[in-house]
Amino acid sequence: MAVSRREFLQGGAAAAALILSGKKAEAGGADGSQMRTKGLKSSTTICPFCAVGCGLVVHTKNGKIVNIEGDTQHPINQGALCSKGSALFQVANNERRLQKVMYRAPGSDKFEEKSWDWALERIAQKMKETRDKSFKAKEINKKDNKEYVVNRTEGMAFLGGAGLDNEECYLWSKFARSMGVANLEHQARI
Amino acid sequence: MTNHWIDLKNSDAILAIGCNPAENHPISMKWIEQAMDNGGKLLAVDPRFTRTGSKADHYAQIRPGTDIAFLGGMINFALQNNMIHEEYVREYTNAAFIVNEKYDFNEGIFCSFDDQEKTYDPKAWAYAVDGAGNPKRDHSLKDPRCVFQLLKKHYSRYTVDMVCSITGTKKEDYIAVAKAFCATGRPDKAGTILYAMGITQSTHGTQNVRATAMLQMLLGNIGIAGGGVNALRGESNVQGSSDYGLLFHLLPGYLKSPEFDNVDLKAYLEKWTPKTKDAKSANWWGNTPKYTVSLLKAWYGDNATKENGFCYDYLPKRSGNYSFMKLMEKMGKGELQGLVCMGQNPAVGGPDSLKTREALGKLDWLVTVDLWETETSIFWKRPGVNPKDIKTEVFMLPAASSVEKEGSISNSGRWAQWRYKAVEPVADAKSDLWIINQFAKRMKKAYEKGGTFPEPITKLSWNYGPGEEPEVHLVAKEINGYFTKDMTIVDKDKTLEFKAGDQVPMFKYLQDDGSTVSGCWIYCGSYTKEGNQMARRDLADPTGLGMFPKWSWCWPVNRRIIYNRGSVNPDGVPFNPKRVVITWDALEKKWKGDVPDGPWPPMNDAKEGKYPFIMLPEGHGRLYALDMKDGPFPEHYEPVESPAKNLMSKTQTNPAVKIPANMTSDTAKYPFVGTTYRMTEHWQAGAMTRSLPWLVELVPTMFVEISQTLARAKGISNGDMVKVTTERGSIEAKALVTSRLKPFSVQGKEVEQVGLPWHFGYAGLATGDSGNVLTPSVGCANTSIPEFKAFLCNIEKGGKRA
Ligand code: SF4
Repeated sequence: MAVSRREFLQGGAAAAALILSGKKAEAGGADGSQMRTKGLKSSTTICPFCAVGCGLVVHTKNGKIVNIEGDTQHPINQGALCSKGSALFQVANNERRLQKVMYRAPGSDKFEEKSWDWALERIAQKMKETRDKSFKAKEINKKDNKEYVVNRTEGMAFLGGAGLDNEECYLWSKFARSMGVANLEHQARI
Repeated sequence: MTNHWIDLKNSDAILAIGCNPAENHPISMKWIEQAMDNGGKLLAVDPRFTRTGSKADHYAQIRPGTDIAFLGGMINFALQNNMIHEEYVREYTNAAFIVNEKYDFNEGIFCSFDDQEKTYDPKAWAYAVDGAGNPKRDHSLKDPRCVFQLLKKHYSRYTVDMVCSITGTKKEDYIAVAKAFCATGRPDKAGTILYAMGITQSTHGTQNVRATAMLQMLLGNIGIAGGGVNALRGESNVQGSSDYGLLFHLLPGYLKSPEFDNVDLKAYLEKWTPKTKDAKSANWWGNTPKYTVSLLKAWYGDNATKENGFCYDYLPKRSGNYSFMKLMEKMGKGELQGLVCMGQNPAVGGPDSLKTREALGKLDWLVTVDLWETETSIFWKRPGVNPKDIKTEVFMLPAASSVEKEGSISNSGRWAQWRYKAVEPVADAKSDLWIINQFAKRMKKAYEKGGTFPEPITKLSWNYGPGEEPEVHLVAKEINGYFTKDMTIVDKDKTLEFKAGDQVPMFKYLQDDGSTVSGCWIYCGSYTKEGNQMARRDLADPTGLGMFPKWSWCWPVNRRIIYNRGSVNPDGVPFNPKRVVITWDALEKKWKGDVPDGPWPPMNDAKEGKYPFIMLPEGHGRLYALDMKDGPFPEHYEPVESPAKNLMSKTQTNPAVKIPANMTSDTAKYPFVGTTYRMTEHWQAGAMTRSLPWLVELVPTMFVEISQTLARAKGISNGDMVKVTTERGSIEAKALVTSRLKPFSVQGKEVEQVGLPWHFGYAGLATGDSGNVLTPSVGCANTSIPEFKAFLCNIEKGGKRA
């Protein structure tokens, strides 16, 4: 069925029926033969910048993102995006994106490339050392001079989370507390 | 947000104070403009004539940090001119409650202040109680010690003249804004207040927010369509990250993180479960034990038993304040060995950032997880330092972007929306979920072999599938929660049968005996037997109010407007028949419309009726607060660095805030008011936008915005290099001379302002000096959010930064 791009953007009933299914990346979707997105897979996403929560459609071809645009079906933005949301394509396709795990040794003036396994092992070792050394099982409270069990890791802090997904935030919270990290903070505090 | 973005269209008056939606939440203007098309008024209150100001029906200029004076004046205006929603105030707020005899207020100080410790004892502000232990009330609102009379007295000092001489607002502008907004005190009108960091980033930020909430309660604007107190949140999932407790004082679902003297689960629950003797109060936090135990079951699984207090001992206990600024202070003293930054960039985002950058060098190790190099990850080679001198070991881990992974994020209106993975992450990048999973699994393995108190880690329940990538759906299901055994639950006339492993349909079925798991009670209902509710895309809008109840899912229990029992009178009849959020069907004996704030019949039902503010033990909205650190009523104080004397009292700054050394109000040295702000083209600390060529082309570099009068006085032209200095440091940038900025009239003098975007730093494609080099490290008495928005500075033409 031919749907002009104009009709598509207006969210005509036919286009609506088609794109509604475009959640997971799947072929076809709203792609009519006339459209520049012909033959592309589409999936929906939500803008990673501000918390208006605008919807976008991501078009891919051969595992590469070739286009991102506002989701006309989304009730909040109805296809519109601001300059940041419109630039999401350049977050996905950008030579400045970090490609590799990088490590900077103490006193060194450069990063060196490392494997995930090497870095994660070394980080685990550092975390464990810090926790073991700085763990405070009990402390005397200055006000009442009584001893309390506090089970707290004093020597490390975890920051961040406002750019993570909910499920990631949840695991981060769970992991941090299990490590005894009371120094847990993120962007909402500043 | 109590309400949500689309709901803005239902407003008759939109008060944007301390926020700039046209610039920072641009798509929200779609709905603000729709309200305006329907006759609604947009009122913008801001130090700068912002893009929002340019669209507004009325713009009022305000000196940074004087919001309580502005809002307190509006409270007084509404009271003096009988513009309040009387029935709402009498029935739904604590206006009628009597305050105990000890309460007193004198020259900016409330009773029970300890001048040494700089703290109050809020117990002295308690309600007077009757023989049964319930607060005494006077429904006539005439008792001189009732909240209503105390409120009236407190804000009678906030006259229009007094307010305008503090805020520097032109009197006619002030009156226009007050009139237009207070007109929504009528039951059939709706006014909404929008705010952002202009309100929160202050030494009295929480009281700023309270002042907005109080004004809204007086006008009957909470719980209704087109109303509410709406924080415009800046990061796509800062709502979610707060919901999941990534703050020192919280656990997921706004449960409190344990304090040192909550010695066991019993003591913890005793301390944090509020009580009421009033049968008409729902006192929802009375369910704290169910939510806490379900959380502990989610974290410690079968290891969490009734006998061992569900592993409560494994949680760290806090003693004091571990807020961001305190952590930076500790780091500066060398008290932290390690720091992990998950997409946060403290070298740019925090106050007094030169100090933070130095402090990073005191770490033994630093892990950054991000899409880009950030100022934090390359702090050891920042301009002006020798990497050799910095001993910190740095791990820079490449993270996947939002289109390279699957999961949900929660927008400002509490809608949790699902995102899909479109492509594989670039090169070696990995999702944060994968990275956290690796951390946890490797720590578990290490602690299996021994270490200090290994049990909290080895006993942690961590089952997210056999694959290398953890299954995000398993995480989402654990967050929602499931039954750990077969259960029969009798809910009024229904008997419900559940099998072990079934998803819990909603949080009212969570239990305190270990028979349910739920990682975050407020998200219970997001992933049920019916599947992933967050992925829904049904555009039905049965009320016509734009609630879209089947689009995504919103917490709590998919309620789109919270406190919605406030939209109906005590008999359940909507205050505004044209915009019905909920209505009581007396025949069917049930609510229709949005998901009501609890299933009980209307408040006047003698047997089962409940008060509308179900999260408070007294069930009534607090015009008078009982647990703030800095007083029951918001009171105007000057920012810590201010060009003005406090005209309202002899107390210059918030008495409950301790002031650090590197701050000064010496206007001879620093004659101008500095304030930071954001812009459409860049985002927060800048890493996510300063590397995108399209955005860099739009705004390529740091600038400093000044008025034409200041430019003339200093001989500065548009585009000249200038140096801005505060007691913390100095930066250089290009001058942007605009008519958007105008001086303030401060006690007979004109005081100029200097506006600074804070998005820049030395990493990325577009670089520039950071606004936060200048900002002070002093924060709100309640939240410790820094006072970024009001400080003193100097500006000079040319010159190099110090
Ligand atoms: S497109 Fe713009 S307004 Fe919409 S969520 Fe993204 S940043 Fe916010």
